[in-house]
Amino acid sequence: MTRYVMVADLERCVGCQTCTAACKHTNATAPGVQWRRVLDMEVGEFPDVRRAFVPVGCMHCADPPCMHVCPSTATGQRADGLVTIDYDLCIGCSYCAVACPYQARYMVEQPAQAYREGRMRSETQRENPGRLGVAQKCTFCSDRIDYGQAHGLTPGIDPEATPACVNACIASALQFGDIEDPESNVSQLLATHKHFRMHEELGTEPGFYYLWEDR
Amino acid sequence: MNIGGKPWLQTHWDWHVAVNFLTGGSGSGLLLVAALGTLAGQPLAVPAWLGLLLIAGGLAQVSLHLGRPLRGLNALFNPRTSWMTREAFVAGPLLLVALLAALLEWTLLGLLAGALAALFLYCQARILKEARGIPAWREPRLVPLILATGLAEGVALYLLIALASGWHEAMLASGVLLLAALVARILAWRGYRQALRGNAPKEALGVLERAEAPFAGAGHIAPLLLLLVAVGVPSAQAPLAALAALAALLAGWGIKFAIVVHAGYNQGFAIDHTPARGAGTGGLGSKPGW
Repeated sequence: MTRYVMVADLERCVGCQTCTAACKHTNATAPGVQWRRVLDMEVGEFPDVRRAFVPVGCMHCADPPCMHVCPSTATGQRADGLVTIDYDLCIGCSYCAVACPYQARYMVEQPAQAYREGRMRSETQRENPGRLGVAQKCTFCSDRIDYGQAHGLTPGIDPEATPACVNACIASALQFGDIEDPESNVSQLLATHKHFRMHEELGTEPGFYYLWEDR
Repeated sequence: MNIGGKPWLQTHWDWHVAVNFLTGGSGSGLLLVAALGTLAGQPLAVPAWLGLLLIAGGLAQVSLHLGRPLRGLNALFNPRTSWMTREAFVAGPLLLVALLAALLEWTLLGLLAGALAALFLYCQARILKEARGIPAWREPRLVPLILATGLAEGVALYLLIALASGWHEAMLASGVLLLAALVARILAWRGYRQALRGNAPKEALGVLERAEAPFAGAGHIAPLLLLLVAVGVPSAQAPLAALAALAALLAGWGIKFAIVVHAGYNQGFAIDHTPARGAGTGGLGSKPGW
């Protein structure tokens, strides 16, 4: 069995948002839509204040509430753990969006533009009308994974088979791989570092791990 | 970008969706009470028509605001796990049976419509509970509150119909039933508030805190007092009972609107630990807005 997960090293992330930009470029998401984003969290009170940059997005949960509530079965789950959306089935009820505890889902009703003066050429050329009026979210770049696997590449190791955000990370803070393979990069990282998952108490078993060190 | 991770008010389900919970709850509650009424030999047509219109209106309202309304029938594809599909499955037969009940006024049809209405109301309550991204909705104690308020609204509507139609026998029974439904609703509300304490973002709890006084006062204490006064003042019974029913109905709509539209703060983000950066040290986690 394979289950792809992402690992974010909170000590490495510098909040540069290169992953956010890479995701937007790769997936041509509309203005205001960020399948991958990085939170800038300030924790504590002066003088004991800390800052953390926290990448978030769809956690590709093992037990995804978005899939259970979806009335049209548009939201599904692949054998490798990726949570998917069939844009042709989705009715745009947004039930999945209110069921997701990670605020990972978006709905865009009308073609959007970044600037008032008019649509940029890239916005016109790369628009996906199939994504209008339906739910959308991070896919873990499933098309890149599928392409890579079809060509004998390893997701998380070979860039052509790896999500764009991971490839773009300047600090190697983001890693991707198969958690079911004990030899994989992510399994090794999780075996050697302290880690947690966000909102673990909700029981969704997110496929996104955060590394930290107690020092 | 500087996002701190605090929960914010969800905007996916706005007042268009809330209307379905308002009218659907009242309509199904009314059909349920009308079913009881038919057992006592009361007329069925008026409450059946009104219940039917309320439920159909709510469903039409929410259907028109789907991102892809022409694919609406796809909502029937997931009865295995989706309460929205289950609601749609119940809605079809319910509307048909309610229509037949309104036209034919057969007791059996009234009872069947009442049973389907109870199922429909339960589906609506579960729809909210399964929205696990919204702490104020996913609380299991919201289910009895939605059921209780649907029933109270249904009784209130039935009492209004009885008063307007001069059904003397039904008036007294509806008044007593309204008293009982209001007690059940305020108890369900207290249970919901208590269970939610510490389990929802501060902003959401603030919304419910502010809603408490008008809901309890105008929606429960006032109608209870009005009904008690009505017992002692026979000459003003009808207007007092009508006022009580109206207050109970509007309070139910108000609290559901507040829960869906104003208390719908999402989960926000949280970290269990802050990282050690540079020469610094790591620290405790953070759950902003809770």
